[in-house]
Amino acid sequence: MRKICILLLGLCAVLPAQAMEPIQHWVTDNGARVYFVPAPELPMVDVRMVFDAGSARDEAHAGLARMTNALLDQGAGGMGADAIAERLEAVGARLDTGSRRDMAWVGLRSLSSESHLQPAVEVYRQVVAAPTFSERDFERERRRALVGLQQVQQQPGEVASRAFHAALYGEHPYATPSEGTVESVQALERDQLRAFHRRYYVARNAVIAIVGDLDRARAERLAASVSRELPAGEPAPALPAVEPLTAAGLQRIDHPSSQSHILMGQPGMRRGDDDYFALYVGNYVLGGGGLVSRISEEVREKRGLSYSAYSYFMPMAKRGPFVLGLQTRNEQADEALQVLRETLARFVAEGPTEAEMDAARKHITGGFPLRIDSNSEILEYIAMIGFYGLPLDYLQRFNDRVSAVTGADVRDAFQRRVQPERMVTVIVGEQPSE
Amino acid sequence: MHEYSLDNGMRVIVKEDHRAPVVVSQVWYRIGSSYEHAGITGVSHVLEHMMFKGTDKHGPGEFSRIIAENGGRENAFTSRDYTAYFQQLEQSRLPVALELEADRMRNLLLPEEEFNKEVRVVMEERRLRTEDKPEALTFEQFNATAFLNSPYRNPVIGWMTDLESMNIQDLERWYRRWYAPNNAILVVAGDVDPDAVAKLAAQHFGPHQAEEVAPPKPRTEVEQKGLRRIRVQAPAEVPYLLLGYKVPVLLTAENDWEPYALEVLAGILDGGQSARLPRILVRDRQLVAEAGAGYDLYGRQQTLFLLDATPAEGVDIEEVEKALRGQIQRLRSEPVSAAELDRVKAQVVAGRVYEEDSIFYQAMKIGRLESIGLDWRVGEQYVERIQAITAEQLQAVARKYLVEERLTVARLDPLPMDAEARARARAAGMAGSPRH
Repeated sequence: MRKICILLLGLCAVLPAQAMEPIQHWVTDNGARVYFVPAPELPMVDVRMVFDAGSARDEAHAGLARMTNALLDQGAGGMGADAIAERLEAVGARLDTGSRRDMAWVGLRSLSSESHLQPAVEVYRQVVAAPTFSERDFERERRRALVGLQQVQQQPGEVASRAFHAALYGEHPYATPSEGTVESVQALERDQLRAFHRRYYVARNAVIAIVGDLDRARAERLAASVSRELPAGEPAPALPAVEPLTAAGLQRIDHPSSQSHILMGQPGMRRGDDDYFALYVGNYVLGGGGLVSRISEEVREKRGLSYSAYSYFMPMAKRGPFVLGLQTRNEQADEALQVLRETLARFVAEGPTEAEMDAARKHITGGFPLRIDSNSEILEYIAMIGFYGLPLDYLQRFNDRVSAVTGADVRDAFQRRVQPERMVTVIVGEQPSE
Repeated sequence: MHEYSLDNGMRVIVKEDHRAPVVVSQVWYRIGSSYEHAGITGVSHVLEHMMFKGTDKHGPGEFSRIIAENGGRENAFTSRDYTAYFQQLEQSRLPVALELEADRMRNLLLPEEEFNKEVRVVMEERRLRTEDKPEALTFEQFNATAFLNSPYRNPVIGWMTDLESMNIQDLERWYRRWYAPNNAILVVAGDVDPDAVAKLAAQHFGPHQAEEVAPPKPRTEVEQKGLRRIRVQAPAEVPYLLLGYKVPVLLTAENDWEPYALEVLAGILDGGQSARLPRILVRDRQLVAEAGAGYDLYGRQQTLFLLDATPAEGVDIEEVEKALRGQIQRLRSEPVSAAELDRVKAQVVAGRVYEEDSIFYQAMKIGRLESIGLDWRVGEQYVERIQAITAEQLQAVARKYLVEERLTVARLDPLPMDAEARARARAAGMAGSPRH
């Protein structure tokens, strides 16, 4: 291909490969917000519908959002689970469902020719809009979820994560785990799933992200087609704000593991947060840069205490967690925790060095093309941009925003937003015997 | 696809993909845990970790810092049959990666104080991935039961006692023996000009001398003489079942269509939600919470056709084993329907398009084949070979290989999780919690 380009006046040598076309945006007749990026190189299409229907909407019924989402492809539009799967798989299409705290989604990947895409979309549309929630499917999926919850109990990392969120978020909807608890899942009722679906799987509560081998006209028809059966409905109300922690807390949970899993943190930041870029760039230095971060250097490279030691901000609709974590054999847990605490305290007090800032900006801006080098990654980004209402030129401006962050900005943001003396800490592992 | 050979025997394969201005570079070495002998298991993987610990030109960790400052992502992975190092970069930065890789191919320093720390990191990795995961622990013991003399019996990460007794001389010997240009393949995919890549590769790797690399001994697995069965007792909440049948891979098969037929069989059982295991065992009979089947035709040695399952609440694991083996029996006794076979094929055809979305995966596909001595063109034939498989061939491989004499079964028997019950169990002389 390159050789032909060179023959044709060497155009390809001058024009770099185009990473991604600009995001196109419109709203369907019933109010779903659509975000579209054409990608004509491969004969395939990804469409993902994202609803503000994550576990933050569970109210008193932890696990409700997850269970509702899990039932969608178990029966819909008069088809059973077998028929749904057979019709999709006969054309090589893949369905992808899931839910987290902020969102629930249903995705479809298909070949882009009409003869493949059309039959897949017929099924997909029903799965999203017309799930059956039959008694038999509900009881079976509930029992499977309960086995999943038992499996959670045998994983020290999962046990730690659940305790960490509970301690971090108190009464806030982010406190409860998306998969619920044994008691809450046992208490779920089928009518609650129906009501949840009716309330939240509606057009005005939806974002439709599309990437693939389609022109604008076809993408518009696709967006209209996948959302056709959805009532307009209402957007979900805003979630409550996250209260800051009032005091430090330390929990030790016994678990028959050879390692202790340590999680430490606070409520962090929102998507679209004013401090987003300062905290993001700063965290790269602290614990986000794989093997080259301060935490990795202190915990792993200098002391050999852990395979994986890290920190990250998880930006969400409201303040998502700021997390520092590691795993180490039980006997070393206190030593490793001490190193983690000191590394954080020093970073917050002193901020990054100029050399660290320079390396961070170079890494993040220099690696930008890698963020959007596939249809799946572009899909992730535009779904995120749409769901959180970020500006359409978010990606175009990303490198400029990162380049503008100074060491002083990072220090200032961390000092305002992170209180090392007021962290929640959870340690899960075999506790020293009395 | 473009292929080159350097004078020192190093192979260079370039796959152009101009969708985005990025490049992935992977250096594959023909070395992995299946080359290791008893007492030094895990040495290939520890050496992989040590490859980031410096040469005379670049100090410990500097490799990672340079790649990071160039906006890159990098890592490495070790498997039974290969060890590979990769960088993903904006396309103009490729020379940085090649220069660094060429340097550590021959000039690694292996400082002892770095090794002493890093081997502890690997022990933590082993605890994280295996010791504290009851299902992974079950798999490890199952695998060592299924294979008697094949090196596939050893875990890639190594046995804990081998890690504890490993020393820097073990690593030096291993590095000198296997890290040579004629035992390596460079795979580059992305927005690059193949001839320019070949020139760069020659510039950086070309000066290295070829070495004599003696192939490993065959260590062909002895014939299995009947069903093998183990129980693994570990603290857990949920039982788990594993079944594995000894089956050939592409390199060992008597008939070269057989491995493709085994791939299709795995698809009949577990290729999507319409496949037999989710449809019959999960949804219809509700015997299992999860069940899966898996097979990989690319390996140096005979491998396992795997089935695994987590029983549904209240279902006896005996009944789950019966049901899984019942599904195998059915593959032997009746031909699969045309609709099932067509669905598996449709998914393979579409999957071939979907995998093009990942440049990294495209490079992986080439490296995996070339590192076990298969031509990358074999991978290009995959869809066609799958398309040609018939229901009769499926039944034939099921009858030939999915038989009791080739079967190993492992069950995870959960031990109590809570501290008091553990203490009681220890006092009563049962196996206690894992300790090291």
